[in-house]
Amino acid sequence: MIPFSLQKASSVGDAIAAARAGARYIAGGTTLVDLMREEVEQPDRLVDINALPLKRLQADGDDLVIGALVTMSACAAHPDVKRLQPVISEALLEGASPQLRNLATMGGNLLQRTRCPYFRMLDAGCNKRTPDSGCSAMDGYNGNHAVLGTSSHCLATHASDVAVALVALDATMQVLGPNGERTFPVEDLFRLPGTTPHLEHTLQPGELITAIRVPGGRYAPRARYLKVRDRSSYEFAVVSAAALLDLENGVIREARIACGGVGTKPWRMRACEQALAGRPADRSSFELAARLSLAGAQARSGNKFKMELMPATIVRALELARDVP
Amino acid sequence: MNPQAIGKPLTRIDGRAKVTGAARYAAEFNQPNQAYAVIVSSTIGLGRITGIDPAAEHLPGVLAIISHLNAPRLPYNPHKGGIDPSYGERLHVLQDDQVRFYGQPVALVVADTLVRAERAAAALRITYDAQHPIVGPRDKQAKPIAPEADGRLEADNVRGDPEAALASAAVAVDITSDIARQNHHPMEPHATIAAWDGDRLTLWSKSQFVANEQEEIAAVFGMAPENVQVICPFVGGAFGTSLRTWPHVTLAALAARQVGRPVKLALTRRQMSFTTGHRPRTLQRMALGATRDGRLTSIIHEGTGETSRYEQFIESLTSGTDFMYSCPNVRTRYRLVPLDTGTPTYMRGPGEASGMYALETALDELAYKLGIDPIELRRRNEPRIDESTNRPFSSRSLMACYDIGAERFGWAKRTPEPQSMRDGRLLIGMGTATATYPAMQFPASARARLLADGTAEIESAASDMGPGTYTSMTQVAADTLGIPVGRVRFSLGNSDFPPAPPHGGSQTMAAVGSAIRAACLAVQDLLVERAAANPRSPAHNMGKEALEWVDGHLRRKGGAASGQSYAEIVGAAGGVPVEATVSVARDPEIDNKYSMHAFGAVFVEVSVDPDVGIARVRRALGAYGAGRIVNPRLARSQCLGGMIGGIGMALMEHTSLDARDGRPVNAHMAEYLLPVNLDIPDLDVLFVDEVDPHVNPLGVKGLGEVSLVGMAPAIANAVFHATGRRIHELPIRIEHLLGV
Repeated sequence: MIPFSLQKASSVGDAIAAARAGARYIAGGTTLVDLMREEVEQPDRLVDINALPLKRLQADGDDLVIGALVTMSACAAHPDVKRLQPVISEALLEGASPQLRNLATMGGNLLQRTRCPYFRMLDAGCNKRTPDSGCSAMDGYNGNHAVLGTSSHCLATHASDVAVALVALDATMQVLGPNGERTFPVEDLFRLPGTTPHLEHTLQPGELITAIRVPGGRYAPRARYLKVRDRSSYEFAVVSAAALLDLENGVIREARIACGGVGTKPWRMRACEQALAGRPADRSSFELAARLSLAGAQARSGNKFKMELMPATIVRALELARDVP
Repeated sequence: MNPQAIGKPLTRIDGRAKVTGAARYAAEFNQPNQAYAVIVSSTIGLGRITGIDPAAEHLPGVLAIISHLNAPRLPYNPHKGGIDPSYGERLHVLQDDQVRFYGQPVALVVADTLVRAERAAAALRITYDAQHPIVGPRDKQAKPIAPEADGRLEADNVRGDPEAALASAAVAVDITSDIARQNHHPMEPHATIAAWDGDRLTLWSKSQFVANEQEEIAAVFGMAPENVQVICPFVGGAFGTSLRTWPHVTLAALAARQVGRPVKLALTRRQMSFTTGHRPRTLQRMALGATRDGRLTSIIHEGTGETSRYEQFIESLTSGTDFMYSCPNVRTRYRLVPLDTGTPTYMRGPGEASGMYALETALDELAYKLGIDPIELRRRNEPRIDESTNRPFSSRSLMACYDIGAERFGWAKRTPEPQSMRDGRLLIGMGTATATYPAMQFPASARARLLADGTAEIESAASDMGPGTYTSMTQVAADTLGIPVGRVRFSLGNSDFPPAPPHGGSQTMAAVGSAIRAACLAVQDLLVERAAANPRSPAHNMGKEALEWVDGHLRRKGGAASGQSYAEIVGAAGGVPVEATVSVARDPEIDNKYSMHAFGAVFVEVSVDPDVGIARVRRALGAYGAGRIVNPRLARSQCLGGMIGGIGMALMEHTSLDARDGRPVNAHMAEYLLPVNLDIPDLDVLFVDEVDPHVNPLGVKGLGEVSLVGMAPAIANAVFHATGRRIHELPIRIEHLLGV
């Protein structure tokens, strides 16, 4: 690990000032410290934001306002989350391990880096880590890589589980920066790799995530998160899906679907959603709609199976959502 | 011997030390003025080093940068420690500019702190002339060879005419399997602290075989073995990776000598994926021919394992096939594929774990073709003797294992048709398979010392990587001496102790236990002599034949008096401790008379999600016939560990290599999948009450390996039963089970 300086921010203003001066924010540190140990991340200044008053989680009517420093564990266990948006709890508890969830924060979770193995190997080309160094996954190991939103520069997936649920829920980000406060959809936090895969999000320099707002809606509790993977815990999604259904007499009024493990960012499946509107909530509707998830998908040698697994996961997640008692 | 401790479920003697952190592992023996070394690993998979920029030498705290450019030429005297491949020569580290595999150590940075050593290692610029390595056994340029000059295993065994028998068989199966490379990935990383005192070298080093590490390092440096001491009282899991002495131990010693300070060197998790051995990937073909009523008429087993270019690592891939079932026509063939990779090594259940997978999945396939229950098929082919050697088994409880296992597991509830069992939407499958592993016993030695206070000290250069050697050996010594376990103190993991064989091959109890028993008996004989020589002793002038030991007391045979205690005998002679050191080897006649193996029957229930292809083990049971069980609690724990290892092998573990340069792409615990708690369901362990009077005086066969063997084929057979799909690769993953 490369030596660095660490300062503790006692106010949001302090933190933003430090970040403007070049410091990186650190909260739970479960991604950042890990990557610093491997020298993939090499910050020389960190500003610890754990003392900031961003740990509140509250219901605002049917909306949830989740402070950026609420830990994954605390969020998953919060009675308002379980009451208003249990799918968030479900997605959180499928992520990481209990030890990591006790430390990792909601804001940090959204900004976690990819699990593409080449990103962590300093002796391998990786455009995301080192611009213009090439993509080793393209013709190397790409078994767990994205099939949607890829470019000739990068195939890496975004690894968050809860981000998938938040994107499906139309959650919004609240950020504070040198130029004041901004609010925008969680979905818009993430950038596609294009020719600049090292640019992963749309935060401006110095901007700090302060909260995530999840709008109440008629979906809960008919919402489920399904994570498909080879072991039962502590593994990133091979494919995952958040499915939300608004049903009336067995007919779908509206559906929301987002997937993880398949896209270079949490992937909203709008074509599938539209195809479900007005259809009966049965397997044939689900299968028909799920097939639309493949539009534009491109597999490499190792991840072809995701072309089959992605629609299968969507179908199964929709069934789970429909069957919520 | 009147067993008081043996057979009892004692808790671990070292358990408290382990959970409180008092147990010290190799990397925790920090020395005064210690420096830190970091290995720089090759970033190419084959080729040569063309340059090393020395600029990093001037970074803060750097004491030395050692590479082939400046490393002393080390003698590397010939040495094969019984665990090293018999053909080929070990990697000579930092001795030339050649890169033989990705991750090979190419330089060593030594600095006053770990951070500074890491900084300089990262800054070290090395240039290479890279070539394209061949790293996969299926690569068109990979060429199989017959193992050379091997004294232990026959590459080809034939009896009868298996080809003709297969061609004319009423029913035949012919299947292939491809089992992935695995790394051991124990919790404790490899680590060595090296300290020189003049010509003497002390190594605190993670090892399952300190006696060999002493000899190997002495050979590498051209030293007398008595000038090297290796200390390793605790091992945080190993599974075979710490049997050999790998290059990092040499590098730690070299660095300490170069900088004139003690040096600590610990491998990173990533480095644990390339220089410390792996279970070789294997490609196998298994063809079986049978009569309509299920008698085997032909077995053809062709197995190929990967090895390095510089050594031929051989494991007993086809050995189980030679004797497991009764069959007049059998051919086994073993080949190696040399690749541009580090040398593989033994990993729990080496050989049998992979080879029995081929045999037991093929037998399952045959059972379906014949319409015969898989257990019944095995029963019909149960041999009366080992037909490969025509020797009787010293004991063989396989069918007893199947009987008690099937009963407890509820095998009768299984409906044989694939996809015939469900739980809601999940497909349920039940599978079974045979496990076996040879009952080995290499020569071992131990010292027993009786002190004036009546307690005993026992020493052997053995190891305890988890099975509970500390506890079980204490039980053996206590019962042999007839004293409570609390009066015995057993020490291991020090090359100054009498040498013990490798802590592998499921032989520690057979080998070290026998040596400890013999040492305790020998010290009793010495005490008899002392007592007989003492005019004040009741045993004065009496011969050994007229005396007996009862509950730690020496008395006249059949006498009513309680006799003399150890404390009294030692005390009467001035209190000087009495000790005996004894070496024990198995009677070679026994090897010629009997075929000696542990056996087991494994039962597994899996669920398979038909929509998304997830296979999970729901419950499993292993029934084992492994001779005497010294400590049922430890034995059960050891079997659980083996079964969990088998779950990993079947469903998760694989080291994936990038074909372009041979780098492991999942050299990280988040990506090299091992079972976690949630993957481990209800596991059950049963032992057949097996008495084997031939195998060794303790009657033990070992459990470490046999408990992993059989698990993977039982799981694969259960997956077939659940889905009707025979997967020819391990691990079985989601991508294999889509659309079932």
